[in-house]
This record gives sequence, C-alpha cells and structure tokens, in this order.
Amino acid sequence: MPDLRANCAGIVSPNPFWLASAPPSNSGEQVMRAFDAGWGGAVWKTLGQPIQNVSSRFGGHHYRGTRAIGFNNIELITDRSLETNFREIEEVKKRYPDHAIVVSLMVESEQEWKEIIQRSIDAGADGLELNFGCPHGMCERGMGSAVGQEPKVNERITSWAVRHSSVPVIVKLTPNVHDIRPHGRAAQRGGAHAVSLINTIKSIVSVDIDRMIPAPIVGELGTNGGYCGPAVKPIALQMVGALAGDPEFKLPISGIGGISNWRDAVEFMLLGSCCVQVCTEVMLRGYRIVEDMIEGLEVYMRDKGFQKLDDFVGGAAPAFSDWGDLDMNFESVARIDAERCIGCYDCVVACRDGGHQCIEPVAEGERRVPVVDEDECVGCNLCEIVCPVPGCITMTEIDNDWSPATWNQHVATGALLRPKKGSH
Amino acid sequence: MIRDLSTQRDETRFEEFKPPYGEHQARIEAERCLYCEDAPCIAACPTSIDVPQFIRKITTGNFWGSARTIFSANILGMSCARICPVETSCVAACVHNEQGVAPIQIGKLQRFVTDHAYGEGWRYFEAGAPSGKSVALVGGGPASLAAAHELRRRGHACTIYEKRELLGGLNTFGIAPYKMRADAAAAEAQWVLGIGGVELKIGVELGKDFGVDDLEGAHDAVFIGIGLGDDTFLSLPGADLEGVQGALSFIERLKLGRVDLEGVEHAVVLGGGNTALDAVRELAGLGVNDVRLVYRGREEVKPGYAHEWSAAKMEGVRAHWRTQPIEYLGEQRVNALKCLKTDEAKRAIEGSEHELRCDLVLLALGQQTLGALVAEAAGIEIDAGCIRIDGSGATGRPGVFAGGDCTNGGKEVVNAAFEGKRAAEAIDRYLMGEK
Repeated sequence: MPDLRANCAGIVSPNPFWLASAPPSNSGEQVMRAFDAGWGGAVWKTLGQPIQNVSSRFGGHHYRGTRAIGFNNIELITDRSLETNFREIEEVKKRYPDHAIVVSLMVESEQEWKEIIQRSIDAGADGLELNFGCPHGMCERGMGSAVGQEPKVNERITSWAVRHSSVPVIVKLTPNVHDIRPHGRAAQRGGAHAVSLINTIKSIVSVDIDRMIPAPIVGELGTNGGYCGPAVKPIALQMVGALAGDPEFKLPISGIGGISNWRDAVEFMLLGSCCVQVCTEVMLRGYRIVEDMIEGLEVYMRDKGFQKLDDFVGGAAPAFSDWGDLDMNFESVARIDAERCIGCYDCVVACRDGGHQCIEPVAEGERRVPVVDEDECVGCNLCEIVCPVPGCITMTEIDNDWSPATWNQHVATGALLRPKKGSH
Repeated sequence: MIRDLSTQRDETRFEEFKPPYGEHQARIEAERCLYCEDAPCIAACPTSIDVPQFIRKITTGNFWGSARTIFSANILGMSCARICPVETSCVAACVHNEQGVAPIQIGKLQRFVTDHAYGEGWRYFEAGAPSGKSVALVGGGPASLAAAHELRRRGHACTIYEKRELLGGLNTFGIAPYKMRADAAAAEAQWVLGIGGVELKIGVELGKDFGVDDLEGAHDAVFIGIGLGDDTFLSLPGADLEGVQGALSFIERLKLGRVDLEGVEHAVVLGGGNTALDAVRELAGLGVNDVRLVYRGREEVKPGYAHEWSAAKMEGVRAHWRTQPIEYLGEQRVNALKCLKTDEAKRAIEGSEHELRCDLVLLALGQQTLGALVAEAAGIEIDAGCIRIDGSGATGRPGVFAGGDCTNGGKEVVNAAFEGKRAAEAIDRYLMGEK
C-alpha cells in the first residue's frame, strides 16, 4: 500500500486528512474520537480570549433536494476557558503522540500572542495556525480577516508569532480579498512556515422571505457569516492554484474549502496542497467519512503508481495557465452516443437557449436522439454538463490541421487563428 | 336536484391502492424529474399536460402554479391523477425507463398538487363576458363537464341535461373504489361547475323526455356526451337465474350503496377488459375467497391492462383463459357455469365441456352503445353504435357536437376530458362565426 504520511512544514501526520479549526475540533473528547476514526491531524478550535456565542449559529444553502451544498456560520472562536483547552490538548497529545495537533490562535497584542503561544507549546502543540481569516464577529474587533486583509498587519503579527514560537507557524488566509497572492507573500515575509487556505467567505446564506430577515436569524436580526461547504470548493481551488503557481511564493500549503471526499482532496493536492483540512462535511456527516477518504486516496495512488504524497502533490500546477496561453486552435465538438441517449433533450434546450443553437432534436422512429451540427458546435461543454447519462456526450478533439497558436502569440507575432465558429 | 351521496357505501371499505404522497415525498420524487425538453410524457397525455413544468413547480413549493399548469390543460386533473392508467401513458413514456431507472410517479405528483389546490380552495378560471349564446350539453359525465367549463370561460351559457340524480358519470359510479371514491368525483363536478352559469336539468333523458331537435330549438348549439349504456348481456340458457348480473351495475351499487354478498363463496367474472379486472379486484376486496376471471382468449390478448391483472393476481384472483361459457346452471340461484375451452382463434373445442362452481356471475362484456338515441336526427352518422365526429368534435349535423365514450366506444376519463374541451373550442368557433 502507498505511504499516506504527510509532512506540512515539519508537522507530520499519518495521513493528509486534518480536521479544520472548527466545531468538530472543539474539545479533547471530540478530537480523540476523530483520531480513532482515522483522522491524521486536527487544528484545534481557535483559542483566544473566550467569547460568548449566540443561539442560531449556522445556515444551510439547500439546492434541489440536497441539504447544504453550502454552509454558513456566525459562531466565534472557542467559548471554553483556556485552562480547559490546554489541559485537553496535553491529554490528547499524550495519548496520540503520532497524530498532528495544531493549535489555532487569535489574540490582539504581541504580549498576548507571546503568552498564548508559549502555553500552546507547553501543552504539546505540533504547530500553530494563526487565524487571520474569520470574516464575522472577530473581524469587527480588529482580528480574523481584519488582519488577513491587510498584508502589513498580517506580516507584522506573523513575525511576532514566529519570534515567540519554537514550532512551525501556519498562517490561515482569508478568501475575502481580490487576489490571494499578496497575502501569501506577506505571511512568507513575516516568517511563516506554511499557509492554509481558504477560510470562510463573507456571506448571507439566505433570507427568510416570510419574516424578511437574513439567516441565520438571531431573534429578529441576522448578520453576515462565513460561507463554506461544497459550493466554495471552486473558489478555494483557484486560490490554492494561484498561490502554488506564484513564483515568489515558496511555502507549503494546507488546502481547505469544501473538501467532502478523497476526490476533492486529490484535486487540492494536485494543485499544490501538501495536506488538507475538512470541516463542513464532518459537521454534516461525522468523523466516519475519513474511512472512505483514506481508502479512496490509497486506491487512487495505487492505480496511478504513486508511492508517497510528494509523487503527485502539485501535479496539476504546471497545467494551471493564463487564458492568453491557451491554444486558440484547439478544437473540440460534442459527440452523442445514440445507444446511451435516453431522449430527454436536455442538451437540445440548453444548446438552443444557452449555447450556440447547434443541437437538433431528431426522432428516428420511436427513438429521440439529438444530432450535433459539428460545423456550428463551438465545443462549449454545456450539453455534456446537462446530460444526465454518464458517458453519453463526449467532448471530442477535432484534428483541424491548424498549428497551435495562443492569443498572446497572436497579439505578439500575428500567429494565425482558425475561423470562429458559432458566431452567426 | 342533485342528490347527496349515501353515507352507507361499500366502496368506503376499500383502502387506497396507491396511497397519496405527503409534501416531503412529493418533493423528493419531483426532484428526480429531468425536466425534459419537448417531453415524451406530455405527448403521452391526451390532454397534453405540461408535466415537466408542473413537477418543477412542486420542487420550488409553487403549488398554486403547479396545479394551474394541470388544470389549464385538463380541468378534471384531480380525478385523472387518481384513475389514469399512467403505467401505459405518461409514466411509460418517462425517459428514466430508457436507462433502467424507476420512472417519475407523475400520477401521484399530480394527485398531490391537485388535492392541495382543492384543499386550499383555489380557483383558477372565471366565466367570460356573456356572449348571448347558449349551449345544451347532454349527459353530466366527464366530457360534458370539461366542455361546459371551457364554454363558460368563453362566456356561453350552458345547460347540462342528466338523466341521473348525480353528476360525474362513470367517474362517480364506475371507478374502482381503491382508485377513487364517489365523493371525490362528486366534489370535482361541483368544483368544475363552480365557474358558475351552468344550469342543471336533472332526471331528464334523451330520447324519452326530449330529442335533439328540442335542444336545437332552445339553444344555439348542442354537445352530446351521453357515454355508454347498460352492461351487455349474454343470452345463454339460465341467464335469468339469481346471481347473474352485469358487472357495471354491480360496481354502481357498490359505489353508491350496499351490495349483497351473503353466502357468496365462489364468484366468476366474464370478460377480459378493464371492467372485468376491476370487478375481480372488488370482489376479492369485499372478502369473496374464490374469485375467477373467465375469458375466451389467451392471456396475452385480453384488452385489460397488464398492470391491473398483476394487481388482481396479487390479491388472489385466478383466471381461466381460453374458456367460453355456454350455460348458467342452478335451480333458483346460479351454482355453476358450464364452459368450453377455445382454440387460438377463440373457437370452441369440441368435447371440452366442464363446469366452474360459482354462486355469483358478473358479466363484464362491454356496454351497450347509445348512438341509436340520436340516429333520427338528420345528418348525424352512427358507426358501430358510436356517434361519428370529425377532428374537432363536430357531427355531420351543423351545431351538434359530441365527445367522450359515446363517440370513442369507451376510453379513459382523460380522453373524455380532452374531447369535451376540444368540442367546446369548436362550438365557440361555430357560435362566434369563425371557420
């Protein structure tokens, strides 16, 4: 079997699956059950000056019968005393010496950082994660994403933490910025050993249309929360890929954001994450999901011939390119397998109303099989996306005799582009 | 006057064969719909209900709009949801079948949302501005109800002539009670007529109390929706023995009151159509232990639906295929049926006489046609007892239109609903001088 051991800036865990800093890592009892279930590490729920939470803390974005494709929370950092947390961290580390325990922290002054870091290390923390990402509640108090959104503040506080820490320091980045790279570089300048991303996205999960109040509703009011869950995965993947591909950025990345299964995890790792953190899927289904994550990753690695994680971490990063470097002369068209087609014509209406009007409904006797006009098909993928039958529509490359040419080459050297399709 | 239904009806002893969905179940099922373009389920529905659209509206909780989509196409959508043979129409057409996935339960979804609309008391249609024209509708069944509703939307005054004291036709007194009870059919008739402006003449019969020419004198157009007549009888020796009855008249008694099954242990139903299949299931449901179907042809050629026969078998009914009755035996009451076996061409095989023990025989061999009632009106053509109409519902006599079982020889309620609405549109064109 392949070796799943992960090493994130010196923090070693038996596998790359960590609990993210969140309710599932709120207490020692929970973290120990998670480790028993198979989780390789846990980032402890953020410690700081204990706060008080409200009733009504979470909201779900439900879509077409699926509960919570997106999830949102207005909960703050730990509401338990620091003494209790440190006592439990010490106990867990003693019982689970091979698992990674990272302590998430969020305080204000350098003196506070110094003290809480020392207490974390004394309790046995394998690493620290600086919470510069929380976009609700704490940011209004000058912490969380208020730090993460200002590269200079990020760099300064990171440097404090690094100065006072003898274990690796991970900076957790907020996605509530227009470009992630300056923020990753700021953490790097501050001396961080790794970054983790993304934290949650500032959001209103829904509005109660009867009471006319944004959710989650506390009494008669709602407030913005942090958005996460499967719906945010594409945003997180872009940010991980952008940072991993930044030539100025050299730190390891712990990937976070909508990871629900081993496939999601592999995607994050292929874009450059050395390990991944999970919260929402555990919130919704429990620690037991890790069994499938471990097995799925093992089988994937075995099938691909990978011995260790480093054999594929970052494997997709070189293929994450700028639009201007895409080959404009690459041509693909939709091909429909008439044998598999069930005749729903979902591709027909999608192409007609949202595509390029190149799929015609044709009934052959009893059978309804749509036909693609390949001279007009722009290869947009829309039909393949709406088709309910796996493998029925395949986007197929066409050999059109045109030499590859990118937009950048076209602009710079006049490289010839093939005639446009579908622009009638 | 329309009479109230008795509260003492044997039909209330039956459980529903397809229990209704609750809201949660309906939403889960609705979410599976692929929302096909130019959907095959629409094409399979005689009234062309926009099925994907009404199902999508269930997923969003727009039940008002969902029911509006149904009723816009078929004002009898509530009863059709319960009684349509969806297994052979819309559900059979669902593309999920093509990939070996359970098809969408369209009938149950339609029932959920139309029941919801009835429960909420929603109404969708108003009578049009008075046109000054008046239409007579003969028969108070599904075809006339659908026609009258559509005519009222267009402002034409309507009068329904019904020989019974109940509206709804076969929907009220002929539907198997595990599909729909008479009170639901009566409620639907009332709901449809809630559009207002439909006068009822009850207890009057075409051919006895009035003729087509009388209606023409009093109205500007006539719609004939008289359905079919009594059970066809088989004139065999012993036909007047006690315990030999028509299946439809038996079903009507069961629907509207009580049937006497005292001492009945062995029952035989003659026929292979859907009335026969209803009758055997009803007898089994009422507690008759030994219920048998007797049909002249092979199982494969019986006209009744396969899914209905499957259900009958599950309920313990047995069949004698290729069996032809030749005599009812008994003293005062029937106690056996004398039969012959038949060959592939339904011809009797010599020397194959045998007897089936029975103390009740129900004849489900079809209904008599009523075309003769209007045959005297010049221009109206009768074909095999049915009134001949063109593609719009017009007979050969100007101003006289027809639809439903009296024209098609006996189809589903959904066909009658379509034909009634179609005729109303043709009547409107006729009255308003369009061609």
